[in-house]
Amino acid sequence: MLDETAFDLRKYLRRNSASVTVWVALIALIVFGLLRYDNFGSAYNFSSFLNYNAMFIAIALGMCFVIMTGGIDLSVGSVAAFTSVVAAYLSPYGIQVALPGAILAGIGFGAINAFCIIILRIPPFIATLATMLAAKGGALVISGAQTISVDWGSNFTKLGMGQVMGLFPWAIVIVAGLTLVLWLVLERTTIGRTVLAIGGSEDASNLMGLKVNRAKAFVYLLSGGCAGLAGLFLASGFGAGQPLEGIGWELSAIASVVVGGTLLTGGMGSIPATVAGALLLGLVFNVLNFENGQGTISFSAYWQMVIRGGFLFAVILLQSRIIARQQKVLGS
Amino acid sequence: MDRAMKLPRRFASMPIRFHGGIAALIVLLVFNAFFTPNFLQLQTLFVNISQVATIAIVAMGMTLVIATGGIDLSVGAVMALAGALAPLIFLSDLGVANPAFGVALAIILPLIIAGLCGVFNGVMVAVLNVQPIIATLILFISGRGIAQVLTNGNLQTFSNPSFSYLGTGKILGLPFQGWLALVIACILFWVISRTTWGRYLLAIGGNERAAYLSGGPVKRVKIGAYVICAVLAGLAGLIVVAINSASDAARNGNLMELDAIAAAVVGGALLQGGRAPIFGAILGAVIIQLVKYTLLANGVEDEVALIAKAVIIILAVWMQQYRRA
Repeated sequence: MLDETAFDLRKYLRRNSASVTVWVALIALIVFGLLRYDNFGSAYNFSSFLNYNAMFIAIALGMCFVIMTGGIDLSVGSVAAFTSVVAAYLSPYGIQVALPGAILAGIGFGAINAFCIIILRIPPFIATLATMLAAKGGALVISGAQTISVDWGSNFTKLGMGQVMGLFPWAIVIVAGLTLVLWLVLERTTIGRTVLAIGGSEDASNLMGLKVNRAKAFVYLLSGGCAGLAGLFLASGFGAGQPLEGIGWELSAIASVVVGGTLLTGGMGSIPATVAGALLLGLVFNVLNFENGQGTISFSAYWQMVIRGGFLFAVILLQSRIIARQQKVLGS
Repeated sequence: MDRAMKLPRRFASMPIRFHGGIAALIVLLVFNAFFTPNFLQLQTLFVNISQVATIAIVAMGMTLVIATGGIDLSVGAVMALAGALAPLIFLSDLGVANPAFGVALAIILPLIIAGLCGVFNGVMVAVLNVQPIIATLILFISGRGIAQVLTNGNLQTFSNPSFSYLGTGKILGLPFQGWLALVIACILFWVISRTTWGRYLLAIGGNERAAYLSGGPVKRVKIGAYVICAVLAGLAGLIVVAINSASDAARNGNLMELDAIAAAVVGGALLQGGRAPIFGAILGAVIIQLVKYTLLANGVEDEVALIAKAVIIILAVWMQQYRRA
């Protein structure tokens, strides 16, 4: 986009309307929060907000790649629960063992997904729905259906509870690094461009001789790995491996990706906007918590799911209008 | 070469799909007869029929949706919603004052609400062209949330024999809901094979564009499929509540979407659409239930049973894809 001779702001905004919307909404909500609540801008809220949402951003990043190929990964929540248990078991050996262990466990489930989808040709949502069951069952089996306490003596909990410069949680630093790497992968590497091409048209990509299967395997392994990372953050942030966690995480991740302007049909997407989408989604709940605290509303925890669904609904409505407009432009 | 290719394909083309399911059923029955204690007892039959009916009822609705090439992930949430509403209605002042009216309303109103959920799903899919998984994901999340908000997350227990008849009644010695599932199956079978609506349903799944170009009411038929599916899910939710004499919005219908999809696929529904084997869905539901029962009765933990179910789903879909290829 930079190689165009003159930068036309209006054209740019029109083309990226979805991702621009999410940034505007994010900034507006932050300003709203800062003006309305006393402690909204406090270091504590900032730090704990980022720490809590790091795992959701990690999952959303993996999901974004999967959705860009036109697929879906419904297993991420259970996989994160599974890897949180794995991480808790590995915690006595310190973070240097638990980190690769949890990520590898996640990638293992990603490999099962990739095998079922690419080799067995099972539709992604069925394959990942089955893995979701298997991971949930697996997590309950290896944990004996108990939460597994982590070892507080090792450096393990530093990851989920410590901060860099007293402000930035370790988890968010890692996620920020991951975001940067994945952004580069998408924009600057062959496999990144192949991912987008597959989403545009898998048949055409195949006929062009692109390594479609390799790119598809990559996205599911990546998504599994990201879920593994999220499980690690879960275990080290809350001090326990939690086999029953992760319910509905796939929905948050899908919502984040969609809010970030990535089309569910695949073929286009933005990594930074996905992160903004995840932050926006998290911020909505942060603001609701502050409202609850001020006593203007009283929402029980059960409202969370309703609001999440409503939010997804609004975004999908918006998207379907965008898609309809694009199709009109293309004249099909 | 040519003949070698043809033979298995002809084999695969028609009845073996059904026979594969029946073979699995026979294997399960024989295994249980030998290894599961007390399997050949009337009590076992009752337990299994009363359990399988809910899966079968939801699976039949799912089969209709799958026949259009869609999927409905919200069935479990709709079950929870309908199941949460019923006790709220017949335990309300109005319901207590007029018990008969209360029970009737407690059955009809949740079904109407469930139907509205179906309208929502159908309009999202057919009119707004949202992919079915995503469209139904919305209610999958928020439907159960609404049910929990309505009940404040509380377990509602009750004692209402006339409502509980839905789940505990018996006709000719067999559970009422088993008969109900059978009647629904016969009606749906007739609708699919004998009415224009049914033929359009299959045509849409076969080739939606062709159905549209030949003047078929594509949107209406698709919305109809989602509505029927949701109403049947609502009915199943009521039955579960009636069986337990309690409504738990957090657990009612949990993971039912998986059971229903698995049953429909095992019964021969093609995920690409174009086929609606209603009695196959019942067969699939029976197999799923028997697998569950077999594992449970032989002391396999619930968690391992989850993994077994995952493997069954993958295997069933894989065999389907394999045959098609």
